[in-house]
Amino acid sequence: MSDVIPYAREDAGSPPSLFPDYGSTVARSPREPLIRVPQTLTEVTGPSGWDQLMGPALADLTTQHKSPPLGQRIIVTGRVLDEAGRPVPYTVMEIWQANAAGRYIHSKDNWDAPLDPHFTGAGRVVTDAEGRYRFITIRPGAYPWGNHKNAWRPAHIHLSLLGPAFATRLVTQLYFPDDPLIEIDPIANAVPMPYRQRMVCRFDIGVTEPNWALGYVFDVVLKGRNQTPFEEGQHDH
Amino acid sequence: MTIDPADRVTAPRLDNQDSALFGQTPSQTVGPFFHYGLPWKGGADLVGKSDMGARPELFPEDHYVLNLSSPTGTPEGEVIEVAGRVIDGHGEIVSDAMIELWQANAAGRYASDDDTREAVPRDPHFVGFGRASTDADGVYRFRTIRPGRVPGPGNSLQAPHLALSVFGRGLIKRLATRLYFADGEGNDVDPILNAVPEARRGTLVAERKGDGSWWLDIILKGDNETVFFDL
Repeated sequence: MSDVIPYAREDAGSPPSLFPDYGSTVARSPREPLIRVPQTLTEVTGPSGWDQLMGPALADLTTQHKSPPLGQRIIVTGRVLDEAGRPVPYTVMEIWQANAAGRYIHSKDNWDAPLDPHFTGAGRVVTDAEGRYRFITIRPGAYPWGNHKNAWRPAHIHLSLLGPAFATRLVTQLYFPDDPLIEIDPIANAVPMPYRQRMVCRFDIGVTEPNWALGYVFDVVLKGRNQTPFEEGQHDH
Repeated sequence: MTIDPADRVTAPRLDNQDSALFGQTPSQTVGPFFHYGLPWKGGADLVGKSDMGARPELFPEDHYVLNLSSPTGTPEGEVIEVAGRVIDGHGEIVSDAMIELWQANAAGRYASDDDTREAVPRDPHFVGFGRASTDADGVYRFRTIRPGRVPGPGNSLQAPHLALSVFGRGLIKRLATRLYFADGEGNDVDPILNAVPEARRGTLVAERKGDGSWWLDIILKGDNETVFFDL
């Protein structure tokens, strides 16, 4: 018996690979349609022991250097869930972002904004038994990019999740409420409305810490698993 | 005048916490600047203790906060090197892509709690997951173990394969593909290869080079475009 319980396929909020307003997709997205294949043991399994792979958690991006970074200190917290609302426990979330001025600590980022020697902008957290995570960082700045004339990326935090299986792999971006750049950003706009708003976190006074940090809530929803094995032709047993 | 947060009435918002919008979080590109955040030193070496996979030259050394190569021992099986270029629709190399690998061990068992087959041994020294940045020449490179065969649908057996994910600037979603071996046992009856039109199957099959390493280019678009899967 080797039939597996498959994970859901993409839902209506999934962006296309080709979105010409985001110019880099034109030469980098397949021309041929994706080929639909049955999920096998390969797709429904995934690595465990994330700390062996990626190292111990780095949940505070503001204490990685001698002094605190410049910028607005924030707390980002939430849960990682599947589509049925069940928690995804002990899964890793990798984090990377620009500094408060919108500059990345990367040699190919030549935007004329200052680097902050006290901010790398990379971290990782693991969810607890209830799927909760929490990290501390500074609010990243917006920055210009070369996609089109006067193009600006809205402030965002990159999030990368493995989830339980090859099929649940997700890389996304967290956006902030009331950012007027989101609606004119081609990357965010590759996701149709209203689903685009799934990527906008919510300010929550309950998450803030008085005299210390503002707080935002952001839940990540990974592909869920059906309850019963997928019928794949005849069975022997 | 103060406002008690407990009395605060939240304005209706279309956002992450709106229950009417609950569903899969949409995918977004990794962008061009992920190198200090994702591909750790040794991420592409599932066997030894090299720094394969990372691009530490792309950011200052004191901003390296990723993991260091730390294998726990030598896994069982044939050590192989697997490499190839990532190429775009203009035929140009893609030097800012990242490839992830997921595979079974030499015995054909995944290092995953969801692979419950007790009869097939786990290898305590093999995690089966790797991550490789493409280099300045657009080449990804892994050192790993040649995987064993794993079950497919029904009573079928899959040919040895690596599951690959491609990430990069301009890729709003990861592209999922596979790498098979030209001399792989069972390629002709593999259920996934057989779901691919015959003329395109070759885009998933690595060839062995003179030095014994395996090579497979990943062509994102255009002639001989790699097959990508809708999982």
